[in-house]
Amino acid sequence: MSVIDGQVTPGPGGLCQKGWTAGELLRHPGRLTTPLLHGRPVSWDEALDFVAARITSYEPDEVAVFGGGGLTNEKAYALGKFARVALKTSQIDYNGRFCMSSAAAAGNRAFGLDRGLPFPLTDLRGADTVLLAGSNPAETMPPFLRHLEGPRLIVIDPRRTPTAERATLHLQPAPGTDLALALGLLHTAVIEGVIDKEYITSRTSGFDDAWRVAAGWWPERAERVTGVSAADQRAAVHMLAGRSYVLTGRGSEQHASGTDTVSAWINLSLALGLPGRAGSGYGCLTGQGNGQGGREHGQKADQLPGYRKIDDPAARRHVMDVWGVDWLPGPGRSAYELLVADDIKAMLVFGSNPVVSAPRASGVVDRFKALDLLVVADFVMSETAAMADVVFPVTQWAEEDGTMTNLEGRIIRRRKALDAPAGVRSDLELVQGLASRLGVGEKFPVEPVEVFEELRRASAGGPSDYSGITYERLESEQLHWPVPSVDHPGTPRLFLDRFAHPDGLARFIPVDHRGPAEPPDDEFPLQATTGRVLQHYQSGAQTRRIGELMKAVPEMYVEIHPDTAARAGLASGESAHVVSRRGTVTAVVRCVPSMRVDAVFLPFHFPGDGRANLLTNPALDPTSRMPEFKVCAVRLERA
Amino acid sequence: MRRVVIVGYGMAGARLADELRRRDADISITVVGAEPHAAYNRVLLSTVVAGTMTPESTRLHDDRWAEEHRVDLRLGWEVLEVDRAARTVVAGRAGDPEPESVPYDALVLATGSVPWVPPAEGLTEDGRLAPGVVAFRTLDDCAQIEAKAGKGMPVAVLGGGLLGIEAARGLAGRGCLVTVVHPVGHLMERQLDPGAGGVLARTLGKLGIEFRLNSMATKYLPGDGLILDDGTHVPAELVVVSAGVRAETSLAVRAGLTVDRGIVVDDALRTSDPRVHAIGDCAQHPGTVSGLVQPAWDQAAVLADRLTGADPAARYRGTSVVTRLKARDVDLAALGDVHTDVDCPDSEVLCFQEPSRGRYAKLVLRDDRVTGAIVLGAPDAAATITQLYDRGIPAPTDRLALLLGRALPAEAASPADLPSSAVICRCNTVSKGQIVSAWRAGAESLPQLAEATRATTGCGGCKDAVCGLLDWLGASQPAPA
Repeated sequence: MSVIDGQVTPGPGGLCQKGWTAGELLRHPGRLTTPLLHGRPVSWDEALDFVAARITSYEPDEVAVFGGGGLTNEKAYALGKFARVALKTSQIDYNGRFCMSSAAAAGNRAFGLDRGLPFPLTDLRGADTVLLAGSNPAETMPPFLRHLEGPRLIVIDPRRTPTAERATLHLQPAPGTDLALALGLLHTAVIEGVIDKEYITSRTSGFDDAWRVAAGWWPERAERVTGVSAADQRAAVHMLAGRSYVLTGRGSEQHASGTDTVSAWINLSLALGLPGRAGSGYGCLTGQGNGQGGREHGQKADQLPGYRKIDDPAARRHVMDVWGVDWLPGPGRSAYELLVADDIKAMLVFGSNPVVSAPRASGVVDRFKALDLLVVADFVMSETAAMADVVFPVTQWAEEDGTMTNLEGRIIRRRKALDAPAGVRSDLELVQGLASRLGVGEKFPVEPVEVFEELRRASAGGPSDYSGITYERLESEQLHWPVPSVDHPGTPRLFLDRFAHPDGLARFIPVDHRGPAEPPDDEFPLQATTGRVLQHYQSGAQTRRIGELMKAVPEMYVEIHPDTAARAGLASGESAHVVSRRGTVTAVVRCVPSMRVDAVFLPFHFPGDGRANLLTNPALDPTSRMPEFKVCAVRLERA
Repeated sequence: MRRVVIVGYGMAGARLADELRRRDADISITVVGAEPHAAYNRVLLSTVVAGTMTPESTRLHDDRWAEEHRVDLRLGWEVLEVDRAARTVVAGRAGDPEPESVPYDALVLATGSVPWVPPAEGLTEDGRLAPGVVAFRTLDDCAQIEAKAGKGMPVAVLGGGLLGIEAARGLAGRGCLVTVVHPVGHLMERQLDPGAGGVLARTLGKLGIEFRLNSMATKYLPGDGLILDDGTHVPAELVVVSAGVRAETSLAVRAGLTVDRGIVVDDALRTSDPRVHAIGDCAQHPGTVSGLVQPAWDQAAVLADRLTGADPAARYRGTSVVTRLKARDVDLAALGDVHTDVDCPDSEVLCFQEPSRGRYAKLVLRDDRVTGAIVLGAPDAAATITQLYDRGIPAPTDRLALLLGRALPAEAASPADLPSSAVICRCNTVSKGQIVSAWRAGAESLPQLAEATRATTGCGGCKDAVCGLLDWLGASQPAPA
């Protein structure tokens, strides 16, 4: 899309209400235009001096950086480098940990490489069937649905979402039972004879071990655990046999068993012979603007640019050479662990609002209050910024150059359309300002193109290799990584000949159903699930400032089956308390007859007492460290 | 190091070994299994008979399992005696002149059950099944059935219970001409009322299966068939016996343990000797019935918690039973108390019958909760009702919708009937009212409406609805003079 006089013009893909109204944020009266030190407007120099002085008084690992999946590739790269080279801290992670980390882990272990879609988005148009597991793009990514007009849809979601309403087949598992459903579908595919045995033999390993688990999940048993009938399971696998795609979203990932859940969906697609072939496949739908690029270039605790592993000696050597340093810290802690770590004294937050978006949010607030120093870079006064000792006003989308990497691994140029208001600087300038005060300013260019040139070198030879990409090429070419040289055409489709493991095979991973970390009981008999609505984005810090969006969805609400509401003495429009072991949320009741009687839904975009994340359970996935946002035990009370 | 000896390498014994090792890396595990091959998933035997799964795919463990999990596995061994005083079992291969004495700290009997064979003349010879007669119990039985059952061959199935029907359905799917002989007046009488049994028989009849109800076989004529108690003849070149099972308790009886229908156990799964336990089909616990795998798995988890000390307070309280027929094209679930009459004053009972389409649904509720149900031919309703029953969740007040599931007809709304506030374009929150206003203001084409309201500019999914509104608005306009 483009911006002319602050007015948005859509690109060819269409826009939802968030896109149409995004221009309002550019000149929003709530826009931050001056640094704040303990709430007092100060100059950039004063704020930078203050922060730099405080930082030097701590041990390196007492200083943490928290990034965001909406930042450009250049910023994500610069942040990772800033943490490790200027701060010399291992303690950096980002909110993508809450988003795509389970699919990333599952994709890496199955295919040896993680790229959201290992095929162009437009391939979906030619499919017979697309299965969406735990994804609601009709609300979270509406223009994406234009690619799904042809195929039949199978939607897996405990709620009858707008996406589910468009489905040929909607499978409605109980919250936290998606993994059992995927196992049941694998079993059903075997007994219905729709698995691709030749593909399993020639292109995969580990089927027998995965099958031994799935053998215990005959469809009638999966039905009993999930509530999805054996007949629907049979219908689903027959629809999937052929030119089909299996796509997973946050509903699969945001569980304490999220990585295994995604693995179960990948196992199903491997058994059907879908990945690594033209016309079919498996993919993960990213959740943030730069969900893909943000997870590739080093703002993740265990990662260096180019999707390299920080504990790989060769990767460290390469990156140290590019950065001109002879030492790097090792891996740090994951996002939630970092936010609540009591040995952290200073936290620098970029492009994220964890006071609203992190699980068990009250614990995060308590921890932030106990910090010596909280620094936030944002363009509006988010709830996290409001707690900060120092706030830096930074640029937003139409005011900066850079690149983003979309869900299909395609690198997209973001072009500056407007000058930022006076007093506002880019995150790159902020990083450079701090770095220079810490004595390494010369290592941190402020021009995005210069940062990108360095990113090209740092990513060269890595799994996500950008070395052949230039801003010039992006003017006219569609480039999917890896692009290992300037004359390389990019890689729209991965895995067609071989998967990225050394033996070239994809791996089945034996995984079993475990169920939610917090099952319902007499005290908390309902299951709460959280998610997004069309009009709002993430913590709502941006979208809650836009009148038209707030008019459509003005306040926190909870979706409840009418019977469940009545049993709690609640009616539509009344205020309710939703209570979990960790907190209480106040929300307006919306009675929704298509809800399961044992589940409630809460959007997570609202602040204060309406924060859904006051309730959520920070039980972490053992592999991805993803918190269990999607299910926790609650009860309803009259407010 | 504690030594656990498990007698029986079926679904219960195999599961217990897995659960023990998962909780405790060191505990000594010995498993004694009488069959010569690795444990297999008995639940899947009906799919093997149906030909949709290979016997190999039913194996619970591969050849490396025992070694990788440090389990002392004795395949093809039998436990001959239990010496409770010395805490040893005497075990060996069949006919072994010098059986071995294996000491235990905890002994677990998971000996399963054996088929019950009706007392018809000629079905057995010298205590074994006669040629042409096969039980439906083990993988070897399935191999025999597979080898013998050919297309067009008459086959009789003795027993119209759950497993008998699954076998009959599998055989009919292979092209056999199947007759089910059942001594009671309707099928699956333990789980179904007569109405449901009748609809089930009608449904299975359409799939080619014939029934002889209220009938018992009195004589087996090899290669010819069965003579029934009314003197009639059922042709059968193969007879499959699936008339029920009885717990395998002979070892327990010889060991002097308390045995009723099965080996009597308490909530800690202890027999009358607290060092000896029993799980699965051989055990008798008041909270469940035998013959199903879920109780065995639940019991294995509880016993593993206790024997490893992972949770000494773990107790087995029973397993609620949901009977689910695994037969292609027949969708049947039965649970809880289904024999309550529709007129019963202290229960709420609903019943729906549509035999011609193979549908039968009965729902029994007490205090707003599902206490029993039969759902035949309405798969999604069955799944929902099962969840309500298992989880003890209050049932929705719209009982009819619950009973019928998706069979309930949906109402399609025409654009004219929608309220003005109905959102048409969700991506841009555009209501019917806004579209009507824009149309009245002159936006009479789709592009004009999109320009004026942004409707259809997101996912594009509302295009049909917006066009429908345009047509409706156009039709409501007075025709030009």
